[in-house]
Amino acid sequence: MIELSLGQAIDRAIENAMSEDESIVLIGEDVPMLRAPLYARFGVERVMGAPISESAFIGAAVGAAMEGLRPIVELYMVDFLAVAFDAVLNHMAKLEAFSGGEWHCPVLIRAPSGGGYGDGGQHAQSLWGMLSAIPGLTTIIPSTPMDAYGLTRTALRHSGPVILFEPKLLSEEWLEFLGRLGREDLEFDVPENASGMVNEDEFAPFGRAVTRREGGDVTILSLAVGVHRALAAAEALASDNIQCEVIDLRCLSPLDRESIRRSVAKTGRMVVVDEDYRNYGLSGELAATVLEAGLHPTFVRVCVEGTIPYNHRLEKDTLPSVKRIIEAVKEICQS
Amino acid sequence: MELVNIYRNMSRSREFELAVAELWEQGLITGEMHASTGEELVAAAVTACLTAEDSLSLTHRCSSFVVARGVPLVPVIKELLGREDGLCHGRGGHMHLFSRDYRIATSGIVGASLPTGAGFALAAKRLRPHALAVAQIGDGALNQGMALETLNLATVWKLPLLVVCIDNGWAITTSSESLTAGSLPERARSFGWLVGNADGADIEDVSQAAKALVKNVRAGKGPAFLYARCPRMDGHYLGDALVRLARHPVSDGRDTLTKVVGGAFSQGGSGLISRATGLTRMMGAIGKIRHTPAHGDDKDPLVITRKRLSKQGYDVAKIDLEAQEEIRCAVAVSLGEEHD
Repeated sequence: MIELSLGQAIDRAIENAMSEDESIVLIGEDVPMLRAPLYARFGVERVMGAPISESAFIGAAVGAAMEGLRPIVELYMVDFLAVAFDAVLNHMAKLEAFSGGEWHCPVLIRAPSGGGYGDGGQHAQSLWGMLSAIPGLTTIIPSTPMDAYGLTRTALRHSGPVILFEPKLLSEEWLEFLGRLGREDLEFDVPENASGMVNEDEFAPFGRAVTRREGGDVTILSLAVGVHRALAAAEALASDNIQCEVIDLRCLSPLDRESIRRSVAKTGRMVVVDEDYRNYGLSGELAATVLEAGLHPTFVRVCVEGTIPYNHRLEKDTLPSVKRIIEAVKEICQS
Repeated sequence: MELVNIYRNMSRSREFELAVAELWEQGLITGEMHASTGEELVAAAVTACLTAEDSLSLTHRCSSFVVARGVPLVPVIKELLGREDGLCHGRGGHMHLFSRDYRIATSGIVGASLPTGAGFALAAKRLRPHALAVAQIGDGALNQGMALETLNLATVWKLPLLVVCIDNGWAITTSSESLTAGSLPERARSFGWLVGNADGADIEDVSQAAKALVKNVRAGKGPAFLYARCPRMDGHYLGDALVRLARHPVSDGRDTLTKVVGGAFSQGGSGLISRATGLTRMMGAIGKIRHTPAHGDDKDPLVITRKRLSKQGYDVAKIDLEAQEEIRCAVAVSLGEEHD
C-alpha cells in the first residue's frame, strides 16, 4: 500500500502497465515533460510528444490500436476532445460493431475534467454524459486514488476504447499545473481526503458502483468531485436526522443499473449530483433507469446549468456544492 | 510619427502585462494567464494598419492586441479580475475576451482563431466592403487541422483575411521545431497566399510587412500571411514550471529532477539509448528557455525598439512614463482604489 493522489495513482497504473506490456505507447501534447519520469524510463519510442493536432493523433491512435498497439492518449482536458470528436464518435467507438466483433480498438484516453480553479468555460467541462451516450465507448470516472489506479489497470487490459476522466480538483498535480502555478497561498475548494491509499495489486471492475455511505432516507447518486460533496452533505444532514445513501457510480458506460435500482427502491428518494450539464445527460438517464424498473421515487438533480463562468465565485455556485446538495435533499424529504 | 505610435502601444502593452502579472501573482486573477510579452511589436504594428471596420480573431495570448486596439483598459482588467462590470461581466475571463465595439473575439482553443477569422472576413466581404479580418495564431497552432483547413478555405473563397502568425518557438511546453515539419511561411505560400516574413523585434521590418499585406488584402486580392518570430519571454503562462525550473533550478527543480532520475534508473523499460535521448531532449528544452531574452535585456524586442527610436531622436522615456501612469491608473480604478 502506498499513499498517492488521484493523478499519481493513474501515473502509477500506467507505469506498471507499461512495464508489463510492450505494446503500450503514451501519446499526447507535452507528454515528455508532463510525464518526465515515464519518458526517462520508457524512452522516446514509447512516450511520444505530439503536435497540437488532436484530430490527427487521436485518429492515429485508433489506427495504431487496430494494428496491434495499445495507445494511451493524454489530453490536457476533456474540453479539447471536441477538436477530435470524429475519431472518437465515428471511429474508435464503432470499430468493433462495424467489424462484427472481429476488430478491436484498445485506446485509453486520459482526459482531465472539471473546473473549480477559475480557468473559464472552455477549460472546466465534464462532458461524460455526452460521451457515455456513444455506444462502444467505456467511460470511467474515479473519485478516489484506489479507484483511479484499479480502473486504469482494468482499462489497460480491456479490448475496447476507454475514456478515463481525471477530476482536476482531485489531482494536486493538475491544480498546481493549471491553477496554482507556484502561487503557494492560493486555495481551492479541494475535498478532504482527496489523497488515499493504493494497493497496486488491486484492479477495479467496470460497471460496478460503490456505496460510499449507507442510509435509508435518500439515495444520492454521484461521481468524481460530486461524491466528496455528497458525502460532506450527508454528514451534515445526518445531524438533522436525514440518512443519505451515497453511491459512487465510478463507471457510466457500462452503468451499474442494478445497484441504483436497489438503493432507490429502498429509499424512494433520489438525488443526482453531477458536475456535467443537466439537460439531456446523466441525470436524465438515471431517472429513466429507475422509471424503467417501475420505480417512482421523488427526484431532484444538482447539476451544472449553463456555461461555466470564469468568475471564481460564480463558478463555485454553478458547480454542485455541499450547500446545494443539502437544499436539494431537504426539498425532497419535505415533499 | 507612425513608428512612435507603434512604440507607444508596445510600451502600453508591456506595462499592461507587468501589471497583470502582479495581479495574477496576488491571486486576483485565476487560472492560466498567458502573457504576450515579446510579441508587443507585432500586435502594435498590425493594429496600426486597421480601421474601426476591421475585426480581429485572437488567441489565448491576446493582451497586446487588445491593448493596441484601444479597448478601454478598465473593463478589460475588471474582466481579468472576474468582476460583474468587466468587459464580459466576469463570465468570460482572460481566454474569452469579446468586444463588439472594437470587433475583437478570442478563444482558448488552439487553432480556433483561424476559422473564426475566416468567418469575420466573409462577413466583412458581404457587409463592409474594404474591411478585413485579422486572425492571430501561434506556430504550434498551425499544426491544428482547422487552421490548415482555413488556409485552403480562405484562398478558394478569396477572403479578406490577414493571418498573423507569431512564431515564439514553442507549442505549449514543447519546442515547436521538434514537432513541426517544413516551414510555416512555405505552408501559406503553397496555398497561394501572399506572405510577409518579419523579425518581430525590428519595428521597420514588421511595420512595412504589415502595411504591404494589409494593402493587398484590402484591395480584394485574397488572404495574406504575416509571419513574425518573437521570443516567448514568460513561458506558456505565468508561473510556467519549466521557466521556473530553468531560472531557479535549485529551489524549483529538485523534486522534478529526483523523479526524472528515478524514472531513468528504474528497472524494466526501454534501452539505454532511448532513455538517454529522452533525457537529452529534456535538457535541451531547459537550455532553450535559459537562452530566451529576459525583460529589459539587450534582446528584448521592447529594448531594441526603444534604443532604435531613441537614436532617431524620439523621447521614448516620456512615452514609457505616460504608459506606466496610464496602466497604474487603470489598475487602481479597476481595483476600486483611489489614485492621485
